[in-house]
Amino acid sequence: MSSVASSPVRRWQGYLHRHGGMRIAGLLALPMSWLVLLYILPLAMLFVTAFWTTDSFTGELVRAFTTENFQRLFTDPAYITVALRTLGVAVAVTLVCLVLAVPISLFMARVASPRWQPLLIALMLTPLWASYLVKVYAWRVIFSPEGGVLESTFGFSPGFGWVAVVVVLTYLWLPYMILPVYVGMQNVPQSLLDASADLGASSAKTFRRVLLPMVFPSLVAGSIFTFSLSLGDYITVQLVGGKAQMLGNVVYQSFSTDLPFAAAVASMTVIIMIGYLTAVRRTGALDNL
Amino acid sequence: MRSRWLKIGAGLTVAGLALAGCSSDSGSSSESSPAAPEASAFAGPVGEGEGQLSVLAWPGYAEDGSTDPAIDWVTPFEEQTGCQVDVKTFGTSNEAFDLFKKGGYDVVSASGDASLRLVYGDLVQPVNTSLVPNYADIFPGLKDKQWNTVDGVNYGIPHGRGANLLLYNMEAQTEEPTSWKDMWEADSPLAGKVAPYDDAIYIADAAVYLMATQPDLGITNPYSLDQTQFDAAIALLEQQKPLVGEYWADYAKQANGLATGSIVQGQGWQLTANTANADDELVGATKPTEGATGWSDTWMVAKDTANVNCSYLWLDYIVSPEVNAQIAEYFGEAPANEKSCALTENEDHCAQFHADTEDYWTNVYYWTTPTEQCLDGRTDVTCVPYKDWVASWTSLRSS
Repeated sequence: MSSVASSPVRRWQGYLHRHGGMRIAGLLALPMSWLVLLYILPLAMLFVTAFWTTDSFTGELVRAFTTENFQRLFTDPAYITVALRTLGVAVAVTLVCLVLAVPISLFMARVASPRWQPLLIALMLTPLWASYLVKVYAWRVIFSPEGGVLESTFGFSPGFGWVAVVVVLTYLWLPYMILPVYVGMQNVPQSLLDASADLGASSAKTFRRVLLPMVFPSLVAGSIFTFSLSLGDYITVQLVGGKAQMLGNVVYQSFSTDLPFAAAVASMTVIIMIGYLTAVRRTGALDNL
Repeated sequence: MRSRWLKIGAGLTVAGLALAGCSSDSGSSSESSPAAPEASAFAGPVGEGEGQLSVLAWPGYAEDGSTDPAIDWVTPFEEQTGCQVDVKTFGTSNEAFDLFKKGGYDVVSASGDASLRLVYGDLVQPVNTSLVPNYADIFPGLKDKQWNTVDGVNYGIPHGRGANLLLYNMEAQTEEPTSWKDMWEADSPLAGKVAPYDDAIYIADAAVYLMATQPDLGITNPYSLDQTQFDAAIALLEQQKPLVGEYWADYAKQANGLATGSIVQGQGWQLTANTANADDELVGATKPTEGATGWSDTWMVAKDTANVNCSYLWLDYIVSPEVNAQIAEYFGEAPANEKSCALTENEDHCAQFHADTEDYWTNVYYWTTPTEQCLDGRTDVTCVPYKDWVASWTSLRSS
């Protein structure tokens, strides 16, 4: 017995038992270093880079503090416009996804028979099976103003532009909205809906007063996905946006000649995202996820 | 909770600013006008290869059979010289510059909008052309140019050239256009059907058009624009914007647009027209009377290369008549070596790409990196540097 008790392992175990803080620190060390090294630190470096400048000819980084990048960003109306447009696209995509995802999830979770549910989920996820580029190029063929699928079938196509961008991004990110909303709907106890009906509420009222408030956190979770994914996208807009341009394209155009300015533009999306998450937190939805 | 978030945010900000502040001392001065770095070329003689060579090239320039087993001129080089070649390709001049700056490459095929940055960035060494026997057969029109020679010192071996042509849909335009005007003028009948190149260097195309239409501006070199000339070019690009259907950076996308007719006119490459015409004659290509921008590529050697013999063997090999002919045909450009023209599979290749008609190139302005020091020799003004070209282009595209 005594030999076991004095083995290093046992002593270590004993130490951890007595020192709860060390135990937690040990458990969290790995995930925290992942978080800090791969998420927080790069963001901090991005932010720092945004205050540097480059040599005007060779494009080499000059590590001298300047706020000129942000000044340019906030004084040139072009960049404010592009930021607002990007925000507009992200909001539009999120709203369309919400409008589409609620009835689809409702059907999948509460109307379809349990036998069909796995199949429906699989079908809903099919857009995620194909390569992003293949899908967007396919949409290019659909929207093409000359001889595109829409144009040759219906004689009308909105062509390449913001409409096409919102439609394609909605198509791409819809599964990310449906999944959490579907799970949220499924977790609402049937008894609550029955009680609402027993007390005389119509289906519409039950939906509005019982179901919707209960799945609200799921809607918010889905919206974080669709909003942030749309905010950062720059390839869809290149392929189906015609001459349209989003914040990601500005980063793409600037990063090799003017890394600090690209970093300043990229911080803009981070700032928008922090604003969005703060707004979401105020609703309390994150506490109930 | 909220205060903790604030604290974390504030902490990050402080840490960030501290980092930014600390390192300001170590920064080198930025705005000094570039001076050609002092460097001497390899004196020779070229000896035995070192056994290895790392090549950074445009796709199609250093094919080793990995794209298509039948397209391979790297393996014969390896067999002849014993230099094992490692090829890395890039998609844009900026990407090439970034990769080369990181180091590890011995030679690079640089377009004119990268070559000067490589020279002034002190990343490449002068090239002793007397150690490259095939240099003698290079077209004189490609030698000693602004993008491969600084202060009389050669920094590379010319590889081949092409013009950025006016591409047009032949169904919509039965007659060959002779002017760029429908891509620029506000009263153009092609509103919404025009596809310009999506890159800052396209500002030079506006300058080329201004050279013909507004001679009062006094532009002699579209890459050497003072602020007034530059502003005029940007104003022309603003005027073009309502006409634009799409900007293109991917030539396959432009080929598709031109073939279907959603784009009627665009600025692009012969390669793009060839791609669109794979099945049917749909897209025409022409060089309008105002002239055009173009590209002329240069093979350069890294300043700190450990494989200088293999590098020189490569420079000579890649512009040898047989290999230069293969590349020019595969890529779709005019070869640099005069003797290549007799060796192309398509006998008319050199005629089609105007390799031996020097007149054709007199109004082709090859991509060059704009610098503060005017390239056209003016010393009473400073010119708009490339960084500001990119900034203005980004702003233009965003508005």
